[in-house]
Amino acid sequence: MKLSWSDVTPEALFLNRRAFIAGLGVAAAAPALAAAEEPNSFEQITNYNNFYEFGFGKTDPADNAGALTTDPWAVEIGGLVDRPGSYSVADLAPGNAVEERIYRLRCVEAWSMVIPWLGVPLASVLNKVGVQSGAKFVAFETLYRPDEMPEQRRNSMDWPYREGLRLDEAMHPLTILATGLYGKPMPNQNGAPIRLVVPWKYGFKSIKSIVKITLTDRQPVTTWQAMQPREYGFYANVNPTVDHPRWSQATERRIGAGLLGGRQETLMFNGYGDQVAQLYAGMDLARDY
Amino acid sequence: MHRIRRLPTGVVWALGTLPLVLLVWDTLVGNLGVDPVRDIEHRLGRTAVYFLLASLCITPILRMARVNLVKFRRPLGLLAASYAGLHLLSWAVLDMGLLWSQMLKDIAKRPYLTIGMGVLVILLVLAATSSNAVIRKLGPVRWRAIHRWVYLAAPLAVFHWLLAYKIWPGKPLAILAAMAVLLAFRLPLLQRHLGWRARSA
Repeated sequence: MKLSWSDVTPEALFLNRRAFIAGLGVAAAAPALAAAEEPNSFEQITNYNNFYEFGFGKTDPADNAGALTTDPWAVEIGGLVDRPGSYSVADLAPGNAVEERIYRLRCVEAWSMVIPWLGVPLASVLNKVGVQSGAKFVAFETLYRPDEMPEQRRNSMDWPYREGLRLDEAMHPLTILATGLYGKPMPNQNGAPIRLVVPWKYGFKSIKSIVKITLTDRQPVTTWQAMQPREYGFYANVNPTVDHPRWSQATERRIGAGLLGGRQETLMFNGYGDQVAQLYAGMDLARDY
Repeated sequence: MHRIRRLPTGVVWALGTLPLVLLVWDTLVGNLGVDPVRDIEHRLGRTAVYFLLASLCITPILRMARVNLVKFRRPLGLLAASYAGLHLLSWAVLDMGLLWSQMLKDIAKRPYLTIGMGVLVILLVLAATSSNAVIRKLGPVRWRAIHRWVYLAAPLAVFHWLLAYKIWPGKPLAILAAMAVLLAFRLPLLQRHLGWRARSA
């Protein structure tokens, strides 16, 4: 029997969240849950989106993503894996495995939010399909369906949208495939039915509406990197000391802070440095931005 | 069409404050959506560009349609300068939260901010030299020389707008194209071709 999203009860989610806190230990859980910061409202999270397939305006995705068909959905997993094939969302993120993760989201445009995601560690998915020893990177692709994604009918970008992670980044416990937020199924404008969330990287790395995951031995070319290599790197770690060539990344504006909310300082690795900094030991992050 | 000329310039001022009134209204009733700061800032900037564009239309309309709207040019220019000033103010107070050190560093370092500030300085100089008393004091030749700077300020304002994007958005590109056409009318070569300028001049 296929488990649909309506079968997932709030109690189950609550229990899973507790299981997550207990299971991962304080080191990973406490900052990851961003306990001190109030999550943005559902209204804010679902009406302020960059999802260029539905238009370049912040409210275009909310206006246009309703047309997206997310059921049935298949994610093609291939490349250097033991069990390649077509997987359903329930295969990858079964309801009883879904956890809540409250993460900060820092956009490369210098604004931020706090979002209570639902999802599963990407590592659990990769372990399920069996990563082969030669694999070093994971490449992701968004759906290409011009009749439901209006901006894909124009040649404004090189569709489909592509992203990628190094294997150790992909296997990191903070990296999740999210299938919902605020205890609800993922709204279309936020990347339904399944999307990546990598909280220590700029938001554009967290690719939405994924249809393809490929394990590879070569660093994949990502959409923004191909378009503007000087402005958007492969790593795209949140880093207040490396500015975007056209604007500063030292501070950010928290959406929902109000008219006089001002700005707050951007944290290295978006505040997740304790968990992820060791992934980049010895690297020059000004060069590998 | 010719009746427009008889309207007092106060009408332009009244219509010109409408975008501000609407913006204040939208802010107060919560129509601005999830990120009001960005909306306020961007709407003020866009409005400044619209008034700049309108002020550049006056001479071509005079030449082509033979309708003299020259008396409306000053209020249009002053409105553009005012909205540009409010745009800067909203950036400094609402967007940057008056982080002076970052603001100054950014203006020096970020081309789109440097350009934006340059445009504002030009517009403020033009506004300051727009009163009858100053025009009389400067004389028409010097006044015209100063006010030709709008031909630089207007396209740079749109360029400043374009540079803040990650992609090439349609609307500012269309406005830049319209501006290019309006500025082309100022080229002596084209003016001679259209017979707007005496061959000897």
